[in-house]
Amino acid sequence: MAKVLMKGNEAIAEAAIRAGCDGYFGYPITPQTELLEYMSRRMPELGRAFVQGESEIASINMVLGAAAAGKRAMTSSSSPGVSLKQEGISFLAGNELPAVIVNIMRGGPGLGNVQPSQSDYFQATKGGGHGDYFPIVLAPSTVQEAIDFTILAFELADKYRNPAMILGDGSIGQIMEPVELPEVESKPPDKPWAVTGCKGREKNIIRSLYLLAGPLEARNVILQKKYREIEANEQRHAEFMLEGAEMVIVAYGTTGRVAQTAITRARDEGMPVGLFRPITLYPYPKDAISSLVEQARVFLVLEMSAGQMLEDVELAVKGTVPVEFQGWLGGRVPTPSEVTQTIKEIRTKYLK
Amino acid sequence: MPEGEVVFARPAALEDTPTHYCPGCTHGIIHRLIGEVIDELGIREITVGIAPVGCAVLAYHYFNFDTVEAAHGRAPAVATGIKRVSPENVVFTYQGDGDLAAIGTAEIVHAANRGENITVVFVNNAVFGMTGGQMAPTTLPGQVTTSTPTGRDVKVDGYPVKVAEILAQTTGAAYIARRTVTQPKYVRSCKKAIKTAFKTQLAGLGFALVEVLSTCSTNWGMSPMEALRWLDENMIPYYPLGDYKVIDEVKALP
Amino acid sequence: MPTIVIDEDRCKGCQLCTTVCPKDLVTMAENFNAKGYHPAKLEDPEGECTGCTMCALMCPDVAITVYR
Repeated sequence: MAKVLMKGNEAIAEAAIRAGCDGYFGYPITPQTELLEYMSRRMPELGRAFVQGESEIASINMVLGAAAAGKRAMTSSSSPGVSLKQEGISFLAGNELPAVIVNIMRGGPGLGNVQPSQSDYFQATKGGGHGDYFPIVLAPSTVQEAIDFTILAFELADKYRNPAMILGDGSIGQIMEPVELPEVESKPPDKPWAVTGCKGREKNIIRSLYLLAGPLEARNVILQKKYREIEANEQRHAEFMLEGAEMVIVAYGTTGRVAQTAITRARDEGMPVGLFRPITLYPYPKDAISSLVEQARVFLVLEMSAGQMLEDVELAVKGTVPVEFQGWLGGRVPTPSEVTQTIKEIRTKYLK
Repeated sequence: MPEGEVVFARPAALEDTPTHYCPGCTHGIIHRLIGEVIDELGIREITVGIAPVGCAVLAYHYFNFDTVEAAHGRAPAVATGIKRVSPENVVFTYQGDGDLAAIGTAEIVHAANRGENITVVFVNNAVFGMTGGQMAPTTLPGQVTTSTPTGRDVKVDGYPVKVAEILAQTTGAAYIARRTVTQPKYVRSCKKAIKTAFKTQLAGLGFALVEVLSTCSTNWGMSPMEALRWLDENMIPYYPLGDYKVIDEVKALP
Repeated sequence: MPTIVIDEDRCKGCQLCTTVCPKDLVTMAENFNAKGYHPAKLEDPEGECTGCTMCALMCPDVAITVYR
């Protein structure tokens, strides 16, 4: 298949279209706006729904409506906008509605800036809205992965009747790379629960309200069972030069890419270092990290945040091996040289 | 069972489930009118209703067709999402004044202005009912509520929001009317307006809303009968009944 | 002969039906229903009910069926 040069935001949009997205509802915010613009052109061409909502709140609730109608629906935004969507994401989870949310993260808190950041990890992976729930979270590190994970996000959302999120940073949204756009074979499953009009069946109700303690607890037990199932089945990660690595770097998204370059250089200098790159941030690939404590003498977590995923690594390592951290807080992508320098320092501290 | 033809009974679009509403609450009348209209238009099997947050949150137990419960104020956005991907369905929202005129103002104004082809039944009882009678955007000047214990002071709380008048200004709206259900003649007129609002959608003419002045005897601290009178004497002068926008295509509807 | 049937156990005793009957045939019963309300009742010994549906129009609980 011939490769085409595409910007991350546009590639995600095209992937969603190929995944059979029936409705896109969004609101402009840098650095994801090209996604909305692409959809505004392509969705009407295909006779599918596109609405630029009056707010992120309206947009996520339009997604909820389209998902309730049994259609594949999507929205995209960046950090401050995704904060506004949290109400809707909680309702999607509570209603067990499949939908895809894209967060092309920018620096925060507050307005922060429009540079790449990874500081929405907690919000994305711990259920950013109210209640006990988790969205499925996928973190691409290349434009190709952004395409592949977008398609996967629609499939997982449908499989588990749960919101799924693409968590990319501004860099993933803005860079251009040669990619292959796959033809998507998978079809959405039947959705007998959808509100399509009750002709020939009992009426369907989509709700998250359970006024009495007993029924709400029973409902939550069902949801939690689903999350345990997701955690058992869907942990995904990538590995790079882990063989013989005594120092394991854990980094996702753009930071994972930078680490990969730094590791290649470090290996050239004979340093036993490798990369563990989580792909699913929820469910976190904790089982694979736990098994690495046999081999690793130190973990180094790199994030464009003050250390959010760090906590999940620490939980997986359970204090058996030291976990070091380096973060970038200004919406700045680290350079490989910075990472190589850190690798050297940590090696001196633990491996010599 | 008496002899003769049944000329008035529960519509098929309404479940046989007794409602949780307080005695005399006019939500029950408005629910029934919607059910009757849906029966008469023969659209029960293609209708999707959106329930609000507030006293009518359990409307999905009472309507006998597909329903979605929306977050507070977001019903017009949810309805937009459904209607855009499934235009063959008839989609309506049922919203109270807290839901529609406070937290949901952005959603309703923009749905109206987009000319979204949905129907809205807006129930205005001048109070937040479900949470126990706090001031709503529609609470009248001087009206005592649990959050305006000395009466709504317009210098502090601002003025009651006139939803029908505001939405009639949106270019996208096709049909905007205000009715009430305090007397049999008003009930008949209200049903006609709700029917027009659904027919507007069926004809693809765009956004239609009927504001229905409603009672909340419990939170007003009155008997159901006193509440009907209070509404007639106090709410109708501030919120006059009538048609606020009827585009020519709606006027021409059969 | 026109008449109404009030589903006594659906009635919440709100009285909205009682004031609109043109013949004043609908009143509140002395007894309590299952909900604990005094339900509305039809008292029509002379067969005056015309089945006009006024009472049913005002009933918030769809407790009244009208026959004509």
